[in-house]
Amino acid sequence: MSERLAVKKTYKLAIGGKFPRSESGRSYQVADSAGEFLANAAWASRKDARDAVAAARKAFPGWSGATAYNRGQVLYRVAEVMEGRRAQFVDEVARGEGLARQRAEKAVDEAIDRWVWYAGWADKIAHVVGSSNSVAGPYFDFSVPEPTGVVAVLAPQRSSLLGLVSVLAPAVVSGNTVVLAASYERPLPAITLSEVLATSDVPGGVVNVLTGRVGDTAPALASHMDVNAIDLAGAAGDTEHAHELELAAAENLKRVVRAPGAEPDWTAEPGLERITAHLETKTVWHPVGI
Amino acid sequence: MTKFEYAPAPESSAIVDIKSSYGLFVDGTFVDPVDGTSFKSVNPATEEVLADVAEAGAADVNRAVAAARTAYENTWSTMSGRDRGKYLFRIARLIQERSRELAVLESIDNGKPIRESRDVDVPLVASFFFYYAGWADKLQYAGAGPAPRPYGVAAQVIPWNFPLLMLSWKIAPALAAGNTVVLKPAETTPLTALLFAEICQQADLPPGVVNIITGAGDTGRMLVEHDDVDKVAFTGSTDVGKAIARSVAGTSKKATLELGGKAANVVFEDAALDQAVEGVVNGIFFNQGHVCCAGSRLLVQESVYDEVLDRLKRRVGTLRLGDPLDKNTDVGAINSAEQLARIRELSDVGETEGAERWSPACELPDRGYWFPPTLFTGVSQAHRIAREEIFGPVLSVLTFRTPAEAVEKANNTPYGLSAGVWTEKGSRILWMSQQLRAGVVWANTFNKFDPASPFGGYKESGYGREGGRHGLLSYLNTEEK
Repeated sequence: MSERLAVKKTYKLAIGGKFPRSESGRSYQVADSAGEFLANAAWASRKDARDAVAAARKAFPGWSGATAYNRGQVLYRVAEVMEGRRAQFVDEVARGEGLARQRAEKAVDEAIDRWVWYAGWADKIAHVVGSSNSVAGPYFDFSVPEPTGVVAVLAPQRSSLLGLVSVLAPAVVSGNTVVLAASYERPLPAITLSEVLATSDVPGGVVNVLTGRVGDTAPALASHMDVNAIDLAGAAGDTEHAHELELAAAENLKRVVRAPGAEPDWTAEPGLERITAHLETKTVWHPVGI
Repeated sequence: MTKFEYAPAPESSAIVDIKSSYGLFVDGTFVDPVDGTSFKSVNPATEEVLADVAEAGAADVNRAVAAARTAYENTWSTMSGRDRGKYLFRIARLIQERSRELAVLESIDNGKPIRESRDVDVPLVASFFFYYAGWADKLQYAGAGPAPRPYGVAAQVIPWNFPLLMLSWKIAPALAAGNTVVLKPAETTPLTALLFAEICQQADLPPGVVNIITGAGDTGRMLVEHDDVDKVAFTGSTDVGKAIARSVAGTSKKATLELGGKAANVVFEDAALDQAVEGVVNGIFFNQGHVCCAGSRLLVQESVYDEVLDRLKRRVGTLRLGDPLDKNTDVGAINSAEQLARIRELSDVGETEGAERWSPACELPDRGYWFPPTLFTGVSQAHRIAREEIFGPVLSVLTFRTPAEAVEKANNTPYGLSAGVWTEKGSRILWMSQQLRAGVVWANTFNKFDPASPFGGYKESGYGREGGRHGLLSYLNTEEK
């Protein structure tokens, strides 16, 4: 009896709840850490980036308007589905990052646990960063955090799942919608995560995933006038590129998370910085009287 | 009914001693600028020259930043929070003691009515120093970790609309957090900042902790771009804010930007109309409309449009325009000839584009820079007067039918600084305050400020907050060493 012929997967972009190919028709070869062929991934164009921004903008009112409890539930569900795909993630992380099986398992477990950690912040962050303000007059005055809007996230180039979760989850948990530029050399965990999101009650368009050259998509996102913030984690170590992106981002005063000099150790405690980086503070006043 | 005329009620300017010339305040003393150039500060209500003011060049900026650095390293960053706080309390008290002098000088240099500088600006200035004084020895409770650090030297550039108030929003939190500052006031309103420098001397504030350098845009640019500056704080136009965002790109400097606005003031049919009209008037004519968060777009529900407009015109007709030092004045002078030209230009564009212009019968003084309170009706969202910040006493009136349409129109702007809502329905207030993409929402009130209340914009109105705990965080470094 002959061996069963495997069904090979086509890796695509994730835009607005759908999985399109790049409008450019281009793709590129993804290799594992040993240089062996892994997959053909879509090579997103600037037009794909703009389509992704439009999808993210469309999804923003619904996602930011959902209750925090609901967002927390939906994101916890993501962790559940990730757990079910654990073996696939471990395989992709091990081959892409060249990790031994045990270390890849540790990275995937940490990534899933971190997603759970962030999911829990959905209905707690307002306690920590909001305030009731004692003003000198007969007014009720309070400040609440609100999502900034559409956030472009350049995912870390090396840490393909733990790093990815560490920049994506803090952006979406508060109600932002995201256009994510995946690691160029290690995009498979991001693509798999986009499939997880599509089967986890996360509304289409909340997370849009672009694979391909960051040099193509990042400038389009950094200069896009309907993007409100950008996380330059994926440009770590590339000072010149990061500088250009920050200059482009100034055009509509995007909130910028700067690129570190080198990719950080993502196993460290994350803190709240990446959540608060994509939050606005809104202050509301109303007179008190009878 | 007999109509009583107002008698003049001028505040005496005798309390203020304006010098014929002013140097730069660097390292605790007033010094002449290195290359000796100066500019004139003018009373906008009379066009009289008030004083010659030093114009800081590159060498002066270097000197001021160096003084701030030395004071940071040797004095301010090593001082206990308790003592830093006590200096700020001292300054707050001195501001209260010299409040009349500060208010009169502010009105003379800026053109704003004494009623406002006396009752709004200066009391708020004192309250900002009081508020942040109390934070200086409590930084570990600010939510920036157990041992938050200051950034170092802060470069602060402020506008001419609230000269002393913007100074307090900048200096008080910076000093409380342990930073030292170099502050540049606007070139048309430098005098109260220089009087504040004297107050720093009176308070025995260690030299170099506060440095005040005067000059125009070039001076500000050199200060912001200086290599030895760690933190930049700017309040002013969105264009300059973008230039600053570009200049700090690729550096480790942190920026707080408080920029322009085009706020919608939304009046629903069930609003208490007299209060709403009062709020609309305050929203746009307070400080001659020279307010970044001014309610410059009035959105009225169609069903009450005629009634609101009648009442609004009647109320605007009672505003008294004239001598800023007269205690009965509601609308003072436009701050500069340049700003007056901009207001005139945009108002003319408003007419050209088809909106209908209305001002009450209003006599303008012969000398000085003046513009009457002005309403535009028949304004569409595409008109420039509905999109661009005029920064003057000019209100654009638009209408809406449904709450959703009001939200759509209110948010249809690249700005997002403030917004107003007028309705008697509680659930609608809260719904509107959630929908409006703006950093401050005033419901059934407008243009209220307080040191405990965070203020700042969404979108192109800038980033970072001033006021409250959030404002303190703008001056605390939470990154690991």
